[in-house]
Amino acid sequence: MSSLILILVTGVGLGALYFLVASGLSLIYGLMHVLNFAHGAFLTAGAYAAWVAAASLSSLGGWSFPAAVLIGMFVGALIGAAVEFFLIRPLYRRHIEQVLVTVGLGLMGVALITGIWGADPQPFPRPAWTTATTTIGGAAIPNDRFLLIGAAAVLLIGLLLLLKYTRLGLIIRAGVENRTMVQALGIDVRRTFTLVFALGGAAAALGGVLGSVYSGSVSPGQGTALLIYAFIVVVIGGFGSIGGTALAALVVGLVQQLANYYLYSGIGDVSVVLLLALVLLVRPGGLTGRTA
Amino acid sequence: MTDLAQALTDRAISATGSPRRGRPPAGRILTVLVPLAVLALLIFLPWMGFSIPGVLPGAVNSPGSMQLLALCLVAGGIALSYDILFGRTGLLSFGHALFVGAGAYSAAIALGEWGGGLGLAVLVVIAMGIALPLIVGAVALRVKGIAFAMVTLAFAQAVAITVLRNPAGMTGGEEGLSLNRSQLPAVLSGVVNAPYRYWLALGFCLLCFLVVAWLTAARTGHAWAAVRENEARVEVLGLSSYRAKLTAVVVGGFLGTLGGFVQLIVIGGANPHLLSTEFTLSLLIMVVLGGAGSRWGAIIGGVLYVLLDNRLQELSTSQTIAELPAVLRVPLGQPVFVLGLLFVLVVYFAPGGIAAIGGRVRGWWRRRRQSGVTPT
Repeated sequence: MSSLILILVTGVGLGALYFLVASGLSLIYGLMHVLNFAHGAFLTAGAYAAWVAAASLSSLGGWSFPAAVLIGMFVGALIGAAVEFFLIRPLYRRHIEQVLVTVGLGLMGVALITGIWGADPQPFPRPAWTTATTTIGGAAIPNDRFLLIGAAAVLLIGLLLLLKYTRLGLIIRAGVENRTMVQALGIDVRRTFTLVFALGGAAAALGGVLGSVYSGSVSPGQGTALLIYAFIVVVIGGFGSIGGTALAALVVGLVQQLANYYLYSGIGDVSVVLLLALVLLVRPGGLTGRTA
Repeated sequence: MTDLAQALTDRAISATGSPRRGRPPAGRILTVLVPLAVLALLIFLPWMGFSIPGVLPGAVNSPGSMQLLALCLVAGGIALSYDILFGRTGLLSFGHALFVGAGAYSAAIALGEWGGGLGLAVLVVIAMGIALPLIVGAVALRVKGIAFAMVTLAFAQAVAITVLRNPAGMTGGEEGLSLNRSQLPAVLSGVVNAPYRYWLALGFCLLCFLVVAWLTAARTGHAWAAVRENEARVEVLGLSSYRAKLTAVVVGGFLGTLGGFVQLIVIGGANPHLLSTEFTLSLLIMVVLGGAGSRWGAIIGGVLYVLLDNRLQELSTSQTIAELPAVLRVPLGQPVFVLGLLFVLVVYFAPGGIAAIGGRVRGWWRRRRQSGVTPT
């Protein structure tokens, strides 16, 4: 029983991590029809920024970790906005070229980080409370899972409120639904593109930092490894739908953990990709039924 | 025939690539002669002792250079097989590595685990090269666009993860499998026999080129081009776009599988990198770099990619780089960074890739000459 609880919480935590990365991808694709291959590089850059910041801010004591997280998110947002503004925007409406540019950027980002800090994983200074455990129903669960779940919940609620109650959210929702119509009504959708990229970059960076807390290290390949699962989550959830993405992240995280534990190690990853193929073939628009 | 009908017929003929009337005979002879001359040069390379400093590690016919050139040609052929999907038919697949890896691994298992000879390995590769693309294509083509890309990614990823887990000790996990050379003819192993592996790679590249040249001139290729340009119109005309796309996946997948087999023989092993998404992305880079949907583009892109990747690796450890300031030294020390940068630059400034540059220069020259004739 206690091991089941541990696996369930870990699965939800993993799903939360996927959601942090996938939420930005989903909004970017929904709004701009760009499959952002550079998202993994945003994530890795954010994680390294937080790692560098945590090392130089160690004098702050307990506050150094939150400060490092904020700096990481800021760097992620900055990179996201800069990539959209300088590199994606000139290729307006040429979707294949935009995707190709993000592919190139993703490779360059990872190569640059490897060149500066080396290819080996570096230990991430975790705050002591994240490695401690909390006992629930007889299971000792490491606190980093709760940190992931909390961050994803805050992001989910924040995004839902933003989409539902603000003018910006209204434009994003309308843009996902029918971009041409929104432009025909005299609203400049392109201004929101930069913002969505910045938002996605910040969320990915948060995912990168918390993923590093979870694994205890930063490495150049960490973003690319997560990116494939984030793509799977986005596709299963249906592009552009935050609720669908959250649901899909939860399902993917749980399926992966449960299959890895109860069948045999490694089958969880395979079952996730097979789940993707199955969902796409039965419902090509993903769980929420939107056509991509 | 009215003028309009004549004009329409002319346009149809020029669009489908049947005998072109406007072309001067000299040009037509050149389009046959130049590839033949290039081929002859490539065939006789193992007898040439000169060296190209900076491009090849030693004299052209030294084993090191032969090995590198063989790798270049295999990459060119595999890139061309990917271009059948991407450039010819307009299918964005993220699963092409699956076919390449399947070719390498199935042959390695047939030669090693089963202890079969070269004949068995070839049979296994051919069977694999037909069955696997047929199954993957039949399932994945039920969806279109980005969903197709994702289903192919899912298939490739599922196999890649399984291979990494080393089921029943068959795939060797992260180490991969080494080639059991004792089952191969003696000419295909050993450092001295590098030219034979080079010819094998050249043969594979030539096969890919001929298949693509033949099919694109035939009905199949026209159907591919039609699907790429406007899939809805193909359906309205009563043709099956599904069948055209499936043919593209099977032909591309078959050549890719064959490429995996040749790669296995050239590098002497099958490694999990051949199955990874990164490998498919590198194929995408090769094709875009060289020029998608052109006969030479993918080959040039593949050759250039492998050559640059290899030589930049060499350069990154050299003295010239070590003396540079850190701002230049760090990016230049990473071949992937330079390749990625080159790729992004091509996407921005040279759409159509290297293959289109010739046409663009010709167009610029013609415009210049015309503007020179008209008095200003």
